[in-house]
Amino acid sequence: MVVVSWVLALAAVVSGFGVFRLNSMARVTFSLLVSFLAVAGLVLLLGLDYLSAVIVLMMVIEMVVMAVFMIMYMMNPAGLMPMAMYHNKAGAMTISVGTFVLLAAGILLVDWPERRGAPAPDPTFALGRSLMGEQMLTMMTLGITLFATIVATVVLSTGRGRYDRLGDDLDSATADDPLGGGVGR
Amino acid sequence: MTLELFLLSAAGLFAIGLYGALSQQSIVMLMMGLELMLNGVILAAAAFWYFLAPAGTEGQVLIVVVVTAMAIEMAAGFAVATAIYRARQVDMTDGAADLKG
Repeated sequence: MVVVSWVLALAAVVSGFGVFRLNSMARVTFSLLVSFLAVAGLVLLLGLDYLSAVIVLMMVIEMVVMAVFMIMYMMNPAGLMPMAMYHNKAGAMTISVGTFVLLAAGILLVDWPERRGAPAPDPTFALGRSLMGEQMLTMMTLGITLFATIVATVVLSTGRGRYDRLGDDLDSATADDPLGGGVGR
Repeated sequence: MTLELFLLSAAGLFAIGLYGALSQQSIVMLMMGLELMLNGVILAAAAFWYFLAPAGTEGQVLIVVVVTAMAIEMAAGFAVATAIYRARQVDMTDGAADLKG
């Protein structure tokens, strides 16, 4: 258990570092995926099997979607032309190393409290009970936020919607399209 | 397995993600940095749940919230990238510095 947790922790950090070191976008995406899978493994080690499975499923799909967008928007998706895509590298490095040192100092210096209580026999059942019980407000907030995201992403990513074509009241007799189409154009 | 090992790896992931989010020019790579930071938060939440307060479910609920936040961040980020690319063919953060004060 101890060895596995060290290996997974190291894998998570090293492959996370690889995300900003590798050249090819495919390798970058899979490096990030390896980092997520290692974290899922650590979460599994801690006894949260359901949440670990959720992380694995979500991240595999998310990275595949990410790869599609990479190819759409990156100037150098295959990494065939090595190029630097950084700005303010020294400043960013200083800030992130400083953040890590600060966090590590806190982690090592704080006198952590004793472990109180034991995990529920079935943590997943306890999570479900709590999401449908005292954490219902959290659950509903998440639901509303996800719905707002659906609306916002569709609005943002639609180039020409029906209001552009048919007017604000949707009562235009013919659609205002740049190119006519269909019969009788 | 100790709390410190888990928290130190979480801090490492958070710092690497922060470096990426600050230093990358491409919008997609910037979002990868944000994802890596949230990855560290997931690990820290799981570790706090297991090592400090396993009797409650707050740690697990926090992981659910963070996983949802990751999904929302990806969806909203790509929608904004699509919108700004469609309007101005911008795919780098430096091309969208209008609000820089």
